[in-house]
Amino acid sequence: MKNNSNLGILLKGIIKENPVLVLILGTCPTLATTTNVVGAFGMGIAALTVLVCSNMLISLLRKIIPETVRIPCYIVIIAGFVTIVEMIVHAYFPALYDMLGVYLALITVNCIILGRAEMFAGKNSVGKSALDGLGMGIGFTLALVAMSTVREVLGNASFAGIPIPFMEPFKIEIMTKAPGGMLVYGLLIALVFVITRGKAPLKKSFSCAGCPSAGHCTASGACNTEVKEEQAQ
Amino acid sequence: MSNQVKLAVSPHIHSGNSTRRIMLDVLIALLPTTIAGAIIFGWKSLIIIAACVASCVGFEALFNLITKRRQTVGDLSAAVTGLLLALNLPVVEQNLGITIFQCVIGSLFAIIVVKFLFGGIGCNVVNPAIAARVFMLIAFGSMAKVGLPVVVDTVSSATPLSVETAEQLPSIMDLFLGLRGGAIGEVCVLALLIGFVYLLVRKVITWHIPVVFIGTVFVASLFMEGFDVMMALTMTLSGGLFLGAIFMATDYVTSPSTAWGKIIFAFGAGMITFLIRYFGTYPEGVSFAILLMNILNPYIDSWTRHKILVAGGKKA
Repeated sequence: MKNNSNLGILLKGIIKENPVLVLILGTCPTLATTTNVVGAFGMGIAALTVLVCSNMLISLLRKIIPETVRIPCYIVIIAGFVTIVEMIVHAYFPALYDMLGVYLALITVNCIILGRAEMFAGKNSVGKSALDGLGMGIGFTLALVAMSTVREVLGNASFAGIPIPFMEPFKIEIMTKAPGGMLVYGLLIALVFVITRGKAPLKKSFSCAGCPSAGHCTASGACNTEVKEEQAQ
Repeated sequence: MSNQVKLAVSPHIHSGNSTRRIMLDVLIALLPTTIAGAIIFGWKSLIIIAACVASCVGFEALFNLITKRRQTVGDLSAAVTGLLLALNLPVVEQNLGITIFQCVIGSLFAIIVVKFLFGGIGCNVVNPAIAARVFMLIAFGSMAKVGLPVVVDTVSSATPLSVETAEQLPSIMDLFLGLRGGAIGEVCVLALLIGFVYLLVRKVITWHIPVVFIGTVFVASLFMEGFDVMMALTMTLSGGLFLGAIFMATDYVTSPSTAWGKIIFAFGAGMITFLIRYFGTYPEGVSFAILLMNILNPYIDSWTRHKILVAGGKKA
């Protein structure tokens, strides 16, 4: 499957370039909102909505936004959509709003969204950017739901708030606490690494071209080889 | 075929030391403590010990089998981990099935997460038994309680670290013999000292870590208690200090290999224990102290490494 085909763009966010488990972006909401399945699912859908909308708008405006001030422009666009989503959640799902608290507003600075704007939407057409946002959003939601399922079932003996019979005395309370979150997160990353056999694109697909710190980084030698390859091409 | 000459590469003579022999020595050294624990806390302690040892050995065998590694159960390190974990657990009032379940989860964490995910024996960053003990302390609210001895009445059995008034404190003799509350293996100081002497005689461990560790806590407590020797002695004999200092902090993999390194390591662990006991929210800090110093171990080891002299007296 080519990375450039529409289906490829949509699917790569789910496993191969899963934003949380392979790109290791957006770890803060991942650890904080996965103590229960409902909160994690709500967080995933909220981020997905913002991601699709911001990706599309940024892609539309990519020729207008000046290169030097693109980050503030992206942030303003993302913050606008986050505000809309936050108001909708507040109005229609007050319980979810209370559960997510500050993390809903913090979607603004979620690196998945800014990362996709920088890595993808700023360089590709509107349709492709929407698909990329959708795929990454689904990948984010799936990762959160998987993590929260493990944490809620083991740590709280319930699933989506419904208690599981006979599990109550056997719950492992650490799973709903911060160390348990780190533990499950690490094990899930390891699992995805095994599934993709470590072939997940780590460095190659994010070349130094367009990276704001490329100037400093090439001198240090970390990205050197790739830049040279690109210049040769 | 009888006149065939066998060729072997050097070394041709070795001391007969092996992981298996060392681990067997540790198991023998832990025997008095295990027996004392069983007498003080009753038959339930034996079930906890059996559950921990069996599941640790089982997980090690299973993991080696699944990942097609060389079978390492024979080196007895998993048995030592299981026994040490069990000796660090209290016998608490709860359904025995749940206790066994918690032991199995703790062993799973010790062997799979702490030991094998970091590369197996010799590669673990922290002591598996200590890490699993801390994991269980945080994971299961019931495991944070203090186990009470069955052989004495409960008045004198509260752990000295969590009582408020001086009248409730057990006597020094009770502390030394282990007639107090606590984990299975930490209470009987006499039995732990017998194990310490055995390990010293067999040259499995050196004196540095246990003596400096316990000495640091004693001296720091002495200052804190206004030079009240009895009170400082009570603090030193309480909690899991002797078990931790003799058996947990001396683990080869996670403690420094040079004498000075060991002294720094033990002093740090002693100070952290003292600070947690007097100023922290947990009554006992030995496990956390050893865990923290385990993490610092590579740095201590590299600071105190012997300078190798090459020709001309230059330092390599």
